Amino acid sequence: MSEPILEMSGIVKEFNGIRALDGVSVSVQRGEVHAICGENGAGKSTLMKVLSGVYPHGSFDGTITLDGDPVAYGSINDSERDGVVIIHQELALSPYLSIAENIFLGNEVQRGGVIDWNRTNVRAAELLARVGLQENAATKVLELGVGKQQLVEIAKALSKEVKILILDEPTAALNDDDSAHLLGLIEQLRTQGITSIIISHKLKEIRAIADTVTVIRDGRTIESFPVEDSDEIETRIIRDMVGRPLDHQFPPREPSIGEEKFRVEDWTVHHPIDVDRIVVDRASFHVRAGEIVGFAGLMGAGRTELAMSIFGRSYGSGISGRVFKDGREIQTRTVGQAIRNGIAYVTEDRKRYGLNLIGSITVNVSAAALGKLARLGIIDRHREYAVAEEYRRQMNIKTPSVSSVVGNLSGGNQQKVVLSKWIYSGPDVLILDEPTRGIDVGAKYEIYGIINEMAAQGKAVIVISSELPELIGLSDRIYTIAEGKLTGELDRAHASQEDLMRRMTASRIQGAQPS
Amino acid sequence: MTTTTAEQATAPVPPRPDGAKKKRRRVDLRQYGILAALAVIILLFQVLTGGRLLYPGNVSNLIQQNAYVLILAIGMVIVIIAGHIDLSVGSVVATVGAVAALSMNSWGLPWGAAVALSLLVGALIGAWQGFWVAFVGIPAFIVTLAGMLVFRGVALVLLTGGTISGLPRSFNAIGSGTLPSTGTPDLITLGIGALASLALVVQQLKGRADLRRLNLPRERTASFVLKIALAVVAIMYLCYLLAYNRGTPIILIILATLVLLYSFMLSRTVFGRHVYAMGGNLYAAMMSGVKTKWVNFFIFVNMGFLAGLAGVVSTARAGSAVASAGQSFELDAIAAVFIGGAAVQGGVGTVIGAVIGGLVMGVLNQGLSILSVDAAWQQVIKGLVLLLAVAFDVYSKRRTGR
Repeated sequence: MSEPILEMSGIVKEFNGIRALDGVSVSVQRGEVHAICGENGAGKSTLMKVLSGVYPHGSFDGTITLDGDPVAYGSINDSERDGVVIIHQELALSPYLSIAENIFLGNEVQRGGVIDWNRTNVRAAELLARVGLQENAATKVLELGVGKQQLVEIAKALSKEVKILILDEPTAALNDDDSAHLLGLIEQLRTQGITSIIISHKLKEIRAIADTVTVIRDGRTIESFPVEDSDEIETRIIRDMVGRPLDHQFPPREPSIGEEKFRVEDWTVHHPIDVDRIVVDRASFHVRAGEIVGFAGLMGAGRTELAMSIFGRSYGSGISGRVFKDGREIQTRTVGQAIRNGIAYVTEDRKRYGLNLIGSITVNVSAAALGKLARLGIIDRHREYAVAEEYRRQMNIKTPSVSSVVGNLSGGNQQKVVLSKWIYSGPDVLILDEPTRGIDVGAKYEIYGIINEMAAQGKAVIVISSELPELIGLSDRIYTIAEGKLTGELDRAHASQEDLMRRMTASRIQGAQPS
Repeated sequence: MTTTTAEQATAPVPPRPDGAKKKRRRVDLRQYGILAALAVIILLFQVLTGGRLLYPGNVSNLIQQNAYVLILAIGMVIVIIAGHIDLSVGSVVATVGAVAALSMNSWGLPWGAAVALSLLVGALIGAWQGFWVAFVGIPAFIVTLAGMLVFRGVALVLLTGGTISGLPRSFNAIGSGTLPSTGTPDLITLGIGALASLALVVQQLKGRADLRRLNLPRERTASFVLKIALAVVAIMYLCYLLAYNRGTPIILIILATLVLLYSFMLSRTVFGRHVYAMGGNLYAAMMSGVKTKWVNFFIFVNMGFLAGLAGVVSTARAGSAVASAGQSFELDAIAAVFIGGAAVQGGVGTVIGAVIGGLVMGVLNQGLSILSVDAAWQQVIKGLVLLLAVAFDVYSKRRTGR
């Protein structure tokens, strides 16, 4: 290990004035497996997009050198030409094309625009053998499971003479066997001289295969150190990941907690397409009136899936389990039914599931409770306007008028519109999924105030968040969830970030078995 | 809907104390844009035809000739706002026309029952297509493409390739008749115009009074008065022209009723709101508890019903049923909707816009015919107008960063 193959230093990347990366430096040695670790939103994925040219040179500050030479990638094509290949969390394969076609997509084996199918298939077969995928190269990608698709992605990377392979959460969607196989493959590629960077927060995995780990927090490099398979390393990584002091400001609150309001028993959810995969595994929990209960889990742990499946079965298949409100079992089979039973779910993805972005604030606020504003199916528009106006004042939505189009508002104000919509629906149980994602500090404080107010009104409030200080600051009680299972239940008084993170990263995988 | 005005937040505007008023004014400008285009086209043809476009007889003709586009455009704008399309309406017009003619001439139904049966058949056809779109989940493009073939075929089967003419005169009056007339000028028509004008003024004043009472933002007085004045002038001028021909076409009453009814439905009812919500963001609508499948189903039932009505009207106008009736009506209706400012990706559009779009098409038809422009060239011109209208829309959205 002499000169590093890749050196990124002082990387700064801003989005609309918010620093996602604030001077990150990473140094990767030739031929190692380098893990990059950090909480959701720490900046890991942004860093990899900077490296691979998704964010072109010039849109960020700092320098990148590859093999000692500075590089300036204008696009992902430039970085791939240098052998830097990224495999994203969301796989980017074309489902109706064959494995071979996908491997050589954009890089076809051709002469004068005519594809040489024989050579394509022969080379594809070689690559498949190298990644240990026993499939016919002519098989369509949609017939493969996620694990095998991941291998196709790697084969595609290998076809490009890869020097540095970047894998973003490669095992997040895989089952145990596929994960073990993948990790084994990464080991094997290392012996062939390929450097890998893996982004992961599964500590067991990192212990098993990484040579070095770099921990990033809040857009900064915390430290970089060699990995050995020990519990001390795990503790050190966790400490680095969460080390942020509890400096968030939370509005004062006197919890007044009543009877049990909401209870879920043995809730099990399967993946909507891959129906054998269990996404939520026998989850049972309860929330009392006036209580704020946090759900801590990393991305992909099943927290959103749990919430959405309860809310009108908006996610998943093969759902089983029971839901109780005020001690009586209720049905939540459709969204309408869930709403009528007093459940509201504020989505983590407001642009996709929460808002009609081309609609006005008024129509968005009333969208979940039009029935309240209508008689014989006719909407009382004056009252509707008055309601929107009322929420604009109450929530302090910054806009020239409630007739403004929601798509033009800032993230924080959009979030307030979504909150208004659900609060206006008059819920008893309010489920908030990442309520402060992508919004600035001032708006966060306001939203915390709104959440407290909801609890003070005696509602059962559930907050799902991957920001631990936020959960500790807000919640009376916190459940941890990992790989679809509830792995812990802690009172606020006993919850520490380290403890939560340990339970959030609890894994069924007992280390990989490198082949 | 204010959905067409997303741009204001970024557009430079003169400072005004009340942002809401500013926004209101812009909405109206946008609506006037479509109207202005119609006015320009009318003026253009008025000049080109040496004043013949607005001859009383021609105006009456224009309305009766193009009623089908307007009726279909009203149904189509709802389909398109919800993010679908309906290619089958022309064929449905033919099938329903055949049913109407057969039921009177072969089955001996009185004309009233025949009309009721025709509308029912239209709605059933809509239910059939709505079932596939809403509950089976087949894209409307495919379902209605199939419907286009199927119902053209059904029309051919029903009419065995021939024509049924000699329909009752009361039936034909739906398409080409007028209300009773008192001679020239027809006082009934002028009376209707006066009543309509009065109703418009009262309704507008009442709405404005409501806004003032609730302290909601209002349009500026000058533009409010100007708008009403122009509308009254337009109504009275139209009635004046009609009064000097044969009186009020029956079809005009039907059209006016439909426009009022459907405008109200889209802008004021829960159903209409759900249509916009689904077009704006289908997932958000689902997650807000909208029964998206049933809304989709009823959108198509309604489209079928209106296609049935268009079938009745165009059969009555022609005085006979032929299997080739309604050819390319779907394209006219879709063009009218897009000229009227609806968005291809859904979520945006109004009944009034679609009707104005339909009138643009109608005036083009009429004007070009008066000028005896070759039918082939008429198609070229109409196609280009559609393209330009949508290009303008895309351009104005891009310019404002949407």
